[in-house]
Amino acid sequence: MAQIIWDGLFVGSFYALIALGYSMVYGIIKLLNFAHGDIYMVGAFIGYTILTSLGGSFQALGLFALILVMMVSMLLTGTIGVIVEKLAYRPLRGAPRLAVLITAVGASFALEYGVAAIASPNPRGFPVRLDGETVFVLGARVTVPQIILMLIAGVLMFALDRYIRKTSTGRAMRAISLDMKGSLLMGVNVNSVISRTFFIGSALAGAAGVMAGAYYGKIDFLMGFIIGLKAFTAAVIGGIGNIRGAMLGGLLLGLVEAFGSELVGGQWRDAFAFAVLILFLTLRPTGILGERVTERV
Amino acid sequence: MTIDNSTESIHTVEAEAKKRGPGAWLSSIFENKYIGWAALGTAILLPFIDSSTYTLNILTTAAIFVVLAAGLNIVVGYCGLLDLGYIAFLAVGAYTAGILSKMFVLPVLFTLPAVIIMCILSGLIIGAPTLRLRSDYLAIVTLGFGEITRITAQNLEITGGPQGIYNIPSYLVIGDLDFQDPVIFYFLTIVIVSGLVLAAARLGKSRLGRAWKFVKEDEDAAEAMGIHTYKVKLLAYIFGAIWGGFGGMLFASHLTAISPPSFLFLQSALVLMAVVLGGMGNMKGVVVGALAISLLPEFLRDFSAYRYLIFGLLLVVVMVFRPQGLWPPRGVEAERTKAQREAAALANGLKR
Repeated sequence: MAQIIWDGLFVGSFYALIALGYSMVYGIIKLLNFAHGDIYMVGAFIGYTILTSLGGSFQALGLFALILVMMVSMLLTGTIGVIVEKLAYRPLRGAPRLAVLITAVGASFALEYGVAAIASPNPRGFPVRLDGETVFVLGARVTVPQIILMLIAGVLMFALDRYIRKTSTGRAMRAISLDMKGSLLMGVNVNSVISRTFFIGSALAGAAGVMAGAYYGKIDFLMGFIIGLKAFTAAVIGGIGNIRGAMLGGLLLGLVEAFGSELVGGQWRDAFAFAVLILFLTLRPTGILGERVTERV
Repeated sequence: MTIDNSTESIHTVEAEAKKRGPGAWLSSIFENKYIGWAALGTAILLPFIDSSTYTLNILTTAAIFVVLAAGLNIVVGYCGLLDLGYIAFLAVGAYTAGILSKMFVLPVLFTLPAVIIMCILSGLIIGAPTLRLRSDYLAIVTLGFGEITRITAQNLEITGGPQGIYNIPSYLVIGDLDFQDPVIFYFLTIVIVSGLVLAAARLGKSRLGRAWKFVKEDEDAAEAMGIHTYKVKLLAYIFGAIWGGFGGMLFASHLTAISPPSFLFLQSALVLMAVVLGGMGNMKGVVVGALAISLLPEFLRDFSAYRYLIFGLLLVVVMVFRPQGLWPPRGVEAERTKAQREAAALANGLKR
């Protein structure tokens, strides 16, 4: 029991990190950024490239090297997110929904198969693995790297929450999500705030990518697809557009999935998660913490 | 900051109408009403030029892909609902056909009634709860359903698990016609496919088709005009599912073996690309798009590593620069006069 809860919370913290990016972007410009899961994948590949090119002595630094690489990867994925927004999404702001959604699918496709073309479609082994001692907490087997990764995720989420609630940029983000035109008239530089939102969301996804690479030890160019879908599920469960909701939703989805796969068998894990998504969307589309949003006419 | 797209699209349409220079002969060929018959004739004549198994295989596959694109065009092109799990209907059709024909040792074609019933049911199951959702939620839910369908096929025993179903009996002999012969099967496919494409095109011009286009343009206005939008959208889903089922049946009897990896999201995305690139709503454009998407990789083998990258970039580029698709449907309304255009532009300006 304790083991299931712990595993659920651990996977859930990954989901939460990625769900944040989905939720922030959706909250501000009502765009479903399909490419977000692929940014996570790109983050993992950037981490892989840096670690392999720097060689064994750097890899020997272990966790320290990993955190350093994670920061670089966050910077790069953040930049990629900004570029994607600028090239693919910004020209279509105000265009019909269908066009924007199709663009997002195209961007996701381009990222996936761009990486496949550059780095070969075969899965790669991640050079730095986090092996560590096992501790028993309340009967659950917990490894030290798991604790460290969860701590990093927690710190990132806490920093983001403070950023959105306390800084002027955070206030601008919240203002834009309420009324874009109004904030423009009040002197908010809407374009730069949206760029920054994409930067932060993509950087978090990049961090999650490096962490997932180091934890699971294997990366491939489609790794972002399923997890992107699940992160979206998490964002919906928590209430899309709501930052704390996304964190809560991620952890909840992790738990639900852990219990679900215990109940119906591991091979149904993904199907179970999507069934939860469909149930939530039909029964309570606003999520747990979300408010009612009316469709833009 | 906000781009006024609605007026912009009016202007591009207008500019195109005026341009009419070097492209005029091309568009006069494409808009010719015999173009469909010409395409059908070409399709029938092709095996007489080259009837190698390889060529026939490619052509049959392309024809099946055309059915899928025609079906998705009903959902996305006519009704404006983004379905990212369309391949699920192909899977339902293919598995129903495969399982039944193996179980009762029937020629696959005889399973058609069951295939259609199953597809209508799955269209109802997927559509009924989700079509009340916001449009972008719909996209992700259909994506989820597509994945659930594939995972289910992979885990159930009746669907053969990861190995899928093989040795599907495709024999059917009527007089001298042996349908296992690739050429005969190709002709059969062409007949079914052209019938379905024609039916989908006619459907788009029917009363229901006009209702779909209205829902796509402006759902609230359609509702206000007395269209039962939920019912109309559900019908679009069901018709799309039936086309997918036909595709699945042909798919199963063409390959005689089906397995879960044939129904990945990638396939859904490829069908979507055919619809989008060809011109959403225009059946001729969609057929061209489907043929391009399924045949081009055969000619561009050297670029195979970059194929999907190019497709993805193309989707973005087309949406940014030509959101109506490369060959959009020609509007049937009369062109607006200058005064009307100005009034519309003014109204748009006020709304924003």
